[in-house]
Amino acid sequence: MRGALLPLLVLATSLVPAVVIFFLSEHAWRTRTAINIAGAVGKLALVAYMLDSVAAGAEYELRFPLVPGLDFLLRVDALALLFVTLSAALWLLTTIYAIAYLGEGPHQSRFFGFFSLCVAATTGIALSGSLITFFIFYELLTLSTWPLVVHRGDGESFAAGRKYLAYTLGGSTSLLLGIVWLEGLVGPIEFTRHGTLAGLDSATLGICFLLLVGGLAVKAAIVPLHAWLPAAMVAPAPVSALLHAVAVVKAGAFGILRVVLDVFGIGLVQAEGLGVPLAAMASLTILYGSLRALAQDDIKRRLAFSTVSQVSYITLGVALAGPVAAVGGLVHLVHQGLMKITLFFCAGALAETLHIHKVGEMDGAGRRMPLTMLAFSIAALGMIGVPPVAGFVSKWYLGVGGLQAGQVWVIFVLAGSSLLNAAYFLPLVYRAWFVPPPGERAGGWTPLLAREGHWGLVLPPVATAAVALAAGLFAAVALSPLGWARLIVARDYGL
Amino acid sequence: MPPVAAPEAGFPWIVLAILLPLAGMVAALPLGRHARALALLLIPAGLVVALLLAAQVWREGEVTYALGGWTPPLGIALRADGFSAVMVVTTAVVLLGVALFAQSSFRAPPGEETRAALLFWALLLGLWGALNAAFLGNDLFNLYVALELLTLAAVPMASLEARAETLAAALRYLFFALAGSVLYLLGAVLLYGAYGTLDITLLAERAGPEPVTWAAAALMTAGLLAKTALFPLHLWLPPAHAGAPAAASAVLSALVVKASFFLVLRLWFDALPGVMTAAAGQLLAALGAGAILFGSVLALHQVRMKLLVAYSTVAQLGYLFLMVPLAGGGGAAQPWDAGAWSGGVLHAVSHAFAKAAMFLAAGLFLRAAGHDRIAELRGMGAALPMVTLAFGLAGLSLLGLPPSGGFIAKWLLLTTAMASGQWWWALVMFAGGLLAAGYVFRALTPLLARTETPVLPGRPVPRHQQWAVLGLALCSVALGVAPLMPFALLQVGRPEAAEEGIG
Repeated sequence: MRGALLPLLVLATSLVPAVVIFFLSEHAWRTRTAINIAGAVGKLALVAYMLDSVAAGAEYELRFPLVPGLDFLLRVDALALLFVTLSAALWLLTTIYAIAYLGEGPHQSRFFGFFSLCVAATTGIALSGSLITFFIFYELLTLSTWPLVVHRGDGESFAAGRKYLAYTLGGSTSLLLGIVWLEGLVGPIEFTRHGTLAGLDSATLGICFLLLVGGLAVKAAIVPLHAWLPAAMVAPAPVSALLHAVAVVKAGAFGILRVVLDVFGIGLVQAEGLGVPLAAMASLTILYGSLRALAQDDIKRRLAFSTVSQVSYITLGVALAGPVAAVGGLVHLVHQGLMKITLFFCAGALAETLHIHKVGEMDGAGRRMPLTMLAFSIAALGMIGVPPVAGFVSKWYLGVGGLQAGQVWVIFVLAGSSLLNAAYFLPLVYRAWFVPPPGERAGGWTPLLAREGHWGLVLPPVATAAVALAAGLFAAVALSPLGWARLIVARDYGL
Repeated sequence: MPPVAAPEAGFPWIVLAILLPLAGMVAALPLGRHARALALLLIPAGLVVALLLAAQVWREGEVTYALGGWTPPLGIALRADGFSAVMVVTTAVVLLGVALFAQSSFRAPPGEETRAALLFWALLLGLWGALNAAFLGNDLFNLYVALELLTLAAVPMASLEARAETLAAALRYLFFALAGSVLYLLGAVLLYGAYGTLDITLLAERAGPEPVTWAAAALMTAGLLAKTALFPLHLWLPPAHAGAPAAASAVLSALVVKASFFLVLRLWFDALPGVMTAAAGQLLAALGAGAILFGSVLALHQVRMKLLVAYSTVAQLGYLFLMVPLAGGGGAAQPWDAGAWSGGVLHAVSHAFAKAAMFLAAGLFLRAAGHDRIAELRGMGAALPMVTLAFGLAGLSLLGLPPSGGFIAKWLLLTTAMASGQWWWALVMFAGGLLAAGYVFRALTPLLARTETPVLPGRPVPRHQQWAVLGLALCSVALGVAPLMPFALLQVGRPEAAEEGIG
């Protein structure tokens, strides 16, 4: 254990910008942009440094008591870094995107302030070393996202915001009840001290598991607790990216990972028979989300239901409780983030540049915005699970993991979901590339980039799509998401 | 546990803490328009005295001072334990924030009428002296005097605006407060008749569980509850607190009701520790639970912001009484007592900061918009971003969400509720948190709404007022980040200074 400063610094790279930005004047565009980018780049550099040393076996820890018996604990382990790296990389890109997307819009200091606060909360969630620290940042995330969801300030936004709060605060209540209950029995729960719960009886364990996972399932958008997510689509596109890929649903899924892996431990979850019901709920969500996505005409809503479905792969992987399936779930945390943020970036760019909102309006979009649509297509194919894009790797590991855990039905869930994914993504891709744009005859190609929007809207999705492709192509490299997920599982299972 | 040195006669900061404001009040009366300058001078000085007193308690343990050198039962003693020190410091900090806020609204430029300005500052100083006397007294009759002085300062404060409805509200307040005083005095008389002393330390030794003590405790508690506005005796509070000028509401809601709550704890835990039964503790907590649920639901239905904030006070006061059974009121000492005790007190302190900030913020919205109808405050968030932020941060503490003092307090109360097997109080707290989320966000929603044309404040809102509001709100947040120091201080003078908390 060394270096208590590093976790604090990583947190500060987004917390300090958040606080500074709140007090900036609305017109200080340059300063705001500079602070945003500097924070994001600084965080990425710190994360890169930590990746290197954590791979070599180092761990960082910061601990101070809040009140006696209640420690605030930040800890950098491999699982934490998986999430931090994802959010740090996507934060930088989302910031670039958001600056271009919002342009001269109002309330930008408020927006970017809360935006940075969100990322700070996400970083805190990732680095939390104990349940109470996790809860503190989890709630900070809830509260700092709300102003972003209602950013547009119209009736629809506030309705979505109300729904968001009703769901997430309900979830937090359940989560807090679970934490208080468990800690009342066994004292403070830290993620490194495995086996603290071993002495409890089955009924208590079952109820606490239900309270904890049930509370986390709200943000992870597990059916039937998912309804806030499609409603929150009224928020600006960068916020959707944040909700769906960088922060919110990921925080829920990450929390479930922590509870299963580090609070209860795989062994206890298996012994108590808690994994199979969770896997069943996740599977139900996977299929239900895909079916609903199929029925959506609005592109963003279709993507939202697709998130409901895809995030549950993470839960499924860890609930199956075998090492291979766990790798699948962990790696999907990153893969889904990369692919889904690409899709949302593209959807936002289409809406901004070409005013395309509905599936039916996609005709010929590929010819008008080739780069954007290329990125979109790669991500969509990845979501379906077409090799060599990253999504294939996740599904492969999940399938094999299901077999290994003796749950053959998982294969059918995955196959069914892939078919449904294809059914709702391929029409978009087909329309974009093979149907001529309205009012234009087929074959009229225009030079590249000529009709793309602002570069800030094009670069981020192209970058994330490229990374998603690379994550699939170079999955065997040690520092690829897959390599890292294998490292985590190897350490966690003591392999 | 801070190191306890051998008690030596340190400087009597404890006397100065009471004397300074009271002397200030007396001096303010002939000063007229200059009362403001005097108050603005005395309040920072008072904060220094409060901090020195707290440091003294921290270093030397409990501080007692026999007035005139006469020890009880002959003389009257003052006593400062960790709890009193924390309350005295909280009072000084809140008053400093309020004074900064009020220094421009209650000033009388030359040639103008000085009544409101003089009254406000003199009353504020009187209130402050009464609060400190209540926090530091160790004699039940002395405390009665402090309570009376508090009432006599607080009621005119509630009616400073002298409109018909505020006068009616103040009258109702006066009625409840005086009825409370009478009950309290009756109880004190019974105790004096039975045990021949009103000194808290001596009573703790002499009083036993017998009918006369129970009757006295019931009377005094009922009186104090009426002054604290605990459900169902809360009827006077919302109109009185909402009708006062913002600076006055802040003091009334943040501090004044806490004084009588403080005395309930003094009575139950310090004066009559062996007398209270578990059933009485549960009853008190049940009233608290009623306050939480009833107050929150009513707050949800308010149309005007100041009334919403006032009903939220009714609800938040309920949490304070949940600590009574949790901290071992009416039972043998338990390992979680310290946690519950600290949780309750931390709640009182963070609520003081949060509520002061919230009332001042509501006052600024009222000033800027000319009204405080929540639905019509659309777009004020853009006009007054700092105030809106402060309102939100204060709301955080009321919701009991991290990072805030309210969260740590609620966490401590929740864990003790679960650890002691009294899970039903935990459920009440959870329900209260959700309801609080309802009313806080209902107030925030219109503020953040986007309007066609930018909203401009009808009357300009001075920068320093905005900073005062934000400063108070940040205090309530800071308590959630660094509650350790007040926590350790709180344990000074507690019978079981079990600092480990639970777990």
